[in-house]
Amino acid sequence: MALNNGNSTPDSNGAGLRLKTGLAEMLKGGVIMDVMNVAQARIAEEAGAVAVMALERVPAMIRAEGGVARMASPKLIKEIMAIATIPVMAKARIGHFAEAQILQSLGVDFIDESEVLTPADETYHIDKHAFTTPFVCGARNLGEALRRIAEGAAMIRTKGEPGTGDVVHAVQHMRQITREIKALTVLGDEELYNAAKVHGAPYELIRMVAKAGKLPVPNFSAGGIATPADASLMMQLGAESIFVGSGIFMKEGAIPLDVEPWSKGDAEVGLCTTKDVGQPRNPADRAEAVSRARAIVLATLHFDDPKIVSEASEAVIGSMKGLAAAAIEEKDLMQTRGW
Amino acid sequence: MSHSPAIGVLALQGAFEIHAKRLAELGATTTLVRKPGQLGALDALVIPGGESTTFLKHLEHAGFYDALDAFVHAKPVFGTCAGCILLAKEVTNPPQRSFGVLDIDVERNAYGRQNDSAILTSETSLPGGPLEMVFIRAPRITRVGPSVEILATRDGNPTLIRQGRLLAATFHPELTEDTRVHQLFLNIVREVSSSL
Repeated sequence: MALNNGNSTPDSNGAGLRLKTGLAEMLKGGVIMDVMNVAQARIAEEAGAVAVMALERVPAMIRAEGGVARMASPKLIKEIMAIATIPVMAKARIGHFAEAQILQSLGVDFIDESEVLTPADETYHIDKHAFTTPFVCGARNLGEALRRIAEGAAMIRTKGEPGTGDVVHAVQHMRQITREIKALTVLGDEELYNAAKVHGAPYELIRMVAKAGKLPVPNFSAGGIATPADASLMMQLGAESIFVGSGIFMKEGAIPLDVEPWSKGDAEVGLCTTKDVGQPRNPADRAEAVSRARAIVLATLHFDDPKIVSEASEAVIGSMKGLAAAAIEEKDLMQTRGW
Repeated sequence: MSHSPAIGVLALQGAFEIHAKRLAELGATTTLVRKPGQLGALDALVIPGGESTTFLKHLEHAGFYDALDAFVHAKPVFGTCAGCILLAKEVTNPPQRSFGVLDIDVERNAYGRQNDSAILTSETSLPGGPLEMVFIRAPRITRVGPSVEILATRDGNPTLIRQGRLLAATFHPELTEDTRVHQLFLNIVREVSSSL
């Protein structure tokens, strides 16, 4: 049974999938930034982000605060959609097709079925063919990537280990996917059936990857990317774009930088003068966030020019403190969510 | 015979790779352009789809905007989607900086969000039957000047236009197998270089 939801038409003729991967194509070579409010979304767009991911808490906060992490509130998503001219993405829990239906009805441009949120289904992912809105999904290896593509994902990203500022797992996942793709390209036709079994992925997709030497949808990178050099590293390893979560707007102790401007309300209660309205409440924090956002965008474009990546790194004020992924207990890893 | 023209694809971000692939299929050699210094060696340029705000941000660096401004005012250029927006005289929704070399006004994201993206097939001025047009968060051309030739439309609004050595589309010809629009651009490039 296909889940039909309002205006969605399953893409039986492939037209839907072409529109979905078409948008992913337009996002190549760019940075997609996690934002938790309108002020952050404005900074992201002004810094040259190609899209924003609207969410209530970035992964570093989810990790620190615990509890069940769910889809962001529609109110927040609408506020961000109202001011952003670039595409707006939002996350649904793994398997939570009702959250995805809400996101589609809100009109978000991409849905991330994300391991960063608490999974809603321990067996099934969302049937993404049933939606008009394109999906991005995380993967740690080729089999996982192809299972998500079989379910209708229009973009794959490495999972990495979100909210850590430690790039080690994004590197591991990108290298593994690349290595497994390379290995397929030298197999004979008769070996591909077994490869499908080994990877736990549909034979047709295995065959497609073996012939093309790449995934049939764009392959981006996410999970622990925190610095311009991290972005350059992932692009050189074959990522076609970069997702940055906690790396831009967080300071130590999983506390966000204060990038909000003074509001009229602040002036009315005497927190600032009317002249201050629209000015940053905390200019130092704001400058730090802006510097990080700009630097990562620049380093992603010029990923193969160490001189420019170096200049971008030099322009960065402060950095996310981070958490070594090796110190995280197995049960607290986010990347193992998804099947 | 003169050498084959050097065609660049602006590769700041977006769909530059597929454009290069389509041009290669037609026998053209292309260079991916990421720095202003590369423009000097080129006979023509493709400005692909992507996010026009991101392009503008990158163009702020190293005098790229001015170098590109001079280029688009002198050489054959093909802009698709975001590229079309950058070439326009005036941009709305919201207003933003543009080269103003194409005598058109463009409204960004005019057909809605991604859920409103669409693939339409219709007759155009190009020979060879109906053309498939892939619109992704597409802009709309809301005004064209007298020197602009309209080659295709959607609900009465131009979607493919030519103004002398400049070609622009609000859709994505690079996302289809049909190479007629890219071929048209190569023809324009050859016309221009043979008339020099």
